[in-house]
Amino acid sequence: MELLERFAAGDPDAFEALFRQHQREVYAWIVRIVRDSGAAEDLTVETFWRIYRARDRFDATGNFRAWARRIATNAALDHLKRVRPETELVDDFPSPPGGDPAIGSELRRHIKQAFLELPAKYRLVATLALIEEQPYNAIAEAAGISVGLVKVRIFRAVRMLRKKLNFLRAEVKAN
Amino acid sequence: MNNHEKDKELQALLKQALPPVQNTELQRDLWPQMLRRLDEHQLHVPWFDWVLAAVSAAALIFFPGAIPALLYHL
Repeated sequence: MELLERFAAGDPDAFEALFRQHQREVYAWIVRIVRDSGAAEDLTVETFWRIYRARDRFDATGNFRAWARRIATNAALDHLKRVRPETELVDDFPSPPGGDPAIGSELRRHIKQAFLELPAKYRLVATLALIEEQPYNAIAEAAGISVGLVKVRIFRAVRMLRKKLNFLRAEVKAN
Repeated sequence: MNNHEKDKELQALLKQALPPVQNTELQRDLWPQMLRRLDEHQLHVPWFDWVLAAVSAAALIFFPGAIPALLYHL
C-alpha cells in the first residue's frame, strides 16, 4: 500500500513519514505569512493536527502537498484574525538597519502600522503577493480562491493601504 | 504618475517597511511537539465522562445493593 493510502487508512507511521517529509515546506509557507518563527512552528504543528484529524476525508490519489498548503494557509489566516495588530508589531524579521535612506523610519513605521491594520484576508494575499512575490496561481490554490479574486483582494488591499497612509500622514501633519 | 507606477512605488515602500522573510528554514524537528499534541488529545477525557463516572461511583457507594443487580445485567 502506498504511503498516502496508509495515511488515509489511519496508519500512524505513514503520518509520521508525511510529517517529516513536509514539515519544512509547511513551516516555510506559514512563516512567510505570519512573520514570526515561534508562531510559525506552533502553526505548523496545528496544521498537521488538522491534517491528522481530517485524514478520513483525504483522497489518497490527490495531491498531499497542495492539501497541506491549503490547510496551512487556513491555520495562518486564523492566526492573523486572532492576533491583534497592536500585539503583532514585534516583527521577527525587521527592516535592515538603516534601510533605504530615501525612506524615513517614520514612514516605514506608518506603512507597517497601516499594513498590520488591514483585514486578515487582505493581509494574507497582500503579504504573499506584494512582499513575498509569490505567483498568483500559487496564492489562489493555497487560499482556495480564484486567481481573479486574488487580484481583487490585492487591489482592495492597496487601496485600503493608500487610504490609511494618507490618514496617518494627515494625522502626523496635524500634530 | 499613473496608477500602475503608484502601485509599484507603494509595493517598494511596503517591502522596505516589511522586507521579505529571508530565513524560512525550520530550525528544529517539530515531531516531538507533534507527538505531545497527539498524546494530549488521546489522553483527553471529556468532562461529561468524568461526571458520569462520578455519578456511577456515588450510586454504587450509597446503594451497594444495586451491585448484584448491575452485575446480573452486565
